[in-house]
Amino acid sequence: MSDMKPMSDNTPSSPERRRFVGAATATAAGLAIAPGVMLIEVAHGRPEDQPASSAVRWGMLVDATKCATGCNDCVTACSTENGWTPVAESKHPKQAPQWIRKLELQDPLTQMETNLPMLCQHCAEPPCVDVCPTGASFKRADGIVLVNRHTCIGCRYCMMACPYKARSLVHESLNDTQKPDVPRGIGCVEACTFCVQKVDRGDGNTACAEACTAAGHNALLFGDMNDPESEISRRLRELPTKQVRADLNLNLGVRYHGI
Amino acid sequence: MASKIKSLLARGSAVLTAAVLGLGLAVGPAQAGDAPKPVITKAVKGEQCVEDTEYMRKNHMKLLNVHRDKTVIEGVRTPKHSLKECINCHASEQTGSVAAAKEDFCVSCHSYAAVKIDCFDCHSTKPQGSAAMHSLNAETAHYKHKLASQANAKVSAEEMAGIAK
Repeated sequence: MSDMKPMSDNTPSSPERRRFVGAATATAAGLAIAPGVMLIEVAHGRPEDQPASSAVRWGMLVDATKCATGCNDCVTACSTENGWTPVAESKHPKQAPQWIRKLELQDPLTQMETNLPMLCQHCAEPPCVDVCPTGASFKRADGIVLVNRHTCIGCRYCMMACPYKARSLVHESLNDTQKPDVPRGIGCVEACTFCVQKVDRGDGNTACAEACTAAGHNALLFGDMNDPESEISRRLRELPTKQVRADLNLNLGVRYHGI
Repeated sequence: MASKIKSLLARGSAVLTAAVLGLGLAVGPAQAGDAPKPVITKAVKGEQCVEDTEYMRKNHMKLLNVHRDKTVIEGVRTPKHSLKECINCHASEQTGSVAAAKEDFCVSCHSYAAVKIDCFDCHSTKPQGSAAMHSLNAETAHYKHKLASQANAKVSAEEMAGIAK
């Protein structure tokens, strides 16, 4: 992997190049394509009273070559944004929610170490939705897989169906520690929501990706995979990426580079 | 003989009726005092609710249910008819919440009507940015502080291995 690094820095995906491209698109996105119609509206923000559209498919690109050993910023940012107690702080670590978790993998033959965050993969064909007996587990029009806690009965069938162990159950009462934007509670299954409250607000980014960028790692990139002009689509075209358990044919919303 | 029994019966029923009436008069006011009327505090923010007050009293649950499905399933987050906006306006100034104390907006009526609500098993009972708005909202503030202090703490290698498994 270390052999590949200098090479990848010379390719169009180098950070300098990407920063330039990012700045260029930001300028272009602000341009009006017609009076009153801005390109930026196509990029993220949709009117508040409009439902999520299937023209968009939110996705994430994880660059495992940039994910730093020992860094936990994405996990902390997620727990702060969504109000779940981190494993280290939990009274019952085995029951603790993990909307996102860091994995450190090692190839037993070469000793090569790989770091990556594991989260709900927001499958296009989600097994959790297939098995849910009440229809609580569902996929939103824009590809975000969610749990409707109003219909979830806490049977945990989806937790068993998920190949990524991305879901967890809230075992105990949360005693009003929830965030106003992120309702979650006892007896319901939950998982990463791609920060759906931020997406609906028009932020166009998740807390974990923001934290990763702020830490200077740039290992997480969130965006619309249906928009060929989006940064994530461009990177997906350039980089070789993998889906975890691609053999299951689930068409994942999270793609990994460097695993 | 028969007339004597009749008169006795009549007198007896009169006595019974009087006794019942008397008891009723004695018990009546005490019973009314047992169920205190709900305390309905005026919303902290705003003058008028999103619908007429009378309509809201009868139908708020219907509006909330419709909006709930639109928000969760479709992602429509308009403030009108959203539980979050109810809370933003109706949180009590004392507790900073709509359901923390007996006299808070939601709980007050619901306990009078004996209708259990489970909204607040999952939903926060406090408005957004409540730590700044309400001095007594210490619980959430404490939690935030805990999370911030955790920002640089690392999960131990053993725990990480356990998680990975």
